[in-house]
Amino acid sequence: MTTDHIRSTGSGNGSAGSATPSGLVLPRYRHDDPDTHPPMLHPDYGSTNLRAPRQPLALLPHRLTEITGPLLGEGRLGDLDHDLTRQHAGEPLGQRIIVHGRVLDGTGRPVPKTLVEIWQPNAAGRYRHAGDNWPAPLDPNFTGVGRALTDGDGHYRFLTVQPGAYPWRNHPNAWRPAHIHFSLFGQAFTQRLVTQMYFPGDPLFFQDPIFNSIRDPLARERLVSRYDHAVTEPEWALGFEFDIVLRGREATPFEDGDDDD
Amino acid sequence: MTERPDLTPAFASSPADGSVPALTPTPAAAPTRGATPTLGSTPAQTVGPYLHIGLLWPDGPEVVPDGTPGAIWIRGQIFDGAGALVPDALVETWQADPEGRFDHPDDPRGAHRSDVPGFRGFGRSATDAEGRYEIRTVKPGALPGADGETEAPHLNLSVFARGLLHRLVTRLYFPDEETANAADPVLGTIDPARRATLVASPASDGFQFDIHLQGTDETVFFAV
Repeated sequence: MTTDHIRSTGSGNGSAGSATPSGLVLPRYRHDDPDTHPPMLHPDYGSTNLRAPRQPLALLPHRLTEITGPLLGEGRLGDLDHDLTRQHAGEPLGQRIIVHGRVLDGTGRPVPKTLVEIWQPNAAGRYRHAGDNWPAPLDPNFTGVGRALTDGDGHYRFLTVQPGAYPWRNHPNAWRPAHIHFSLFGQAFTQRLVTQMYFPGDPLFFQDPIFNSIRDPLARERLVSRYDHAVTEPEWALGFEFDIVLRGREATPFEDGDDDD
Repeated sequence: MTERPDLTPAFASSPADGSVPALTPTPAAAPTRGATPTLGSTPAQTVGPYLHIGLLWPDGPEVVPDGTPGAIWIRGQIFDGAGALVPDALVETWQADPEGRFDHPDDPRGAHRSDVPGFRGFGRSATDAEGRYEIRTVKPGALPGADGETEAPHLNLSVFARGLLHRLVTRLYFPDEETANAADPVLGTIDPARRATLVASPASDGFQFDIHLQGTDETVFFAV
């Protein structure tokens, strides 16, 4: 994959073709479009007000610590971690769903053998967490935690139940759209991502400041899964597809520097 | 072929500085360069208040196993802009081993299994009711840079929490590395008045590294 590797420079004074003293050649990751990710401060989501940094972020060029990252494998998985409906003696209540997709990088390459972690509330919209005390029932047969590794083509697959929406106190009559939390590592520190998967057509999108913190409507749509009838299993479970795109590497050397970003 | 022409970093003029850009529409498709397809990244979202059910491992704080010679504890508390402790945060650490090596194929020196048994380079710890996190690790070595400079020993940290729509990234440097810190190419770019927020304090069994999300002591956070 040598085309994915271009030299990282600290000085930016580009002397084309010369060897660096150390000879290190580092892959480099593209910066996402600035409207892809939410701003840290989003006053509509009240909890950002005292937690979002107020100083500008400092630029951290990609060096060895940034282009490497934890490669967490099978040792992090239990036998039933991919099947949230079989982690207890009985079956959880709710609509069974299959959530599957691929983890890709920004150049469309699959990210193989990477850990995908999920967590979610039960079908009634309640998390198995001491801090969640809204009066919806806990399900003794549902923990709401899953883990899987992608296969060689970046595919992952979970069996779980459709999570319920739940109220919170961010604003009057505030309800979170149904969602599943996703955590991904990719292959480098730069690719670490925690996100949420939503469901198509959810009527609660319009009033949710977390979903709407994404400015770019096309980027926001990337958080919404797709109903997948091909994966839906007859008389068993509905299918949803959710592909996750992690930051891509720079793959094309620039002809001249930094004037196009 | 692994050699490439020396290139100016693409991120040198990137707007990813944490500022709030104007609300302008973005192009329907991200620009592509040459023949390289470009997929838009999946946006980040907050971990929310219930991250503990999904992201905690019993051995999460253990970058090295109990009993590892030279092991240290890195402990700290996280504060919000009102000075209140943050009890629903998660800190993850990533670092080189004491030789300054990574067990990772993208390290151009080659993947290197650490001589420290059980070293995995990665730690994760949620904060407790007092906003405390803790990581047991060993001090990393210095790192070479592409242009012959040397990075001082450091850990990269990711901070996740309710109210953080995207992770925050910071670095921890060591107080007993004054000479190396003074020559560190990353610290050197930071306003001297704020550099101290990236340097841990000595503690009886390791180091203390508090994180201030806002306020007069706001920690320096990085755009990666």
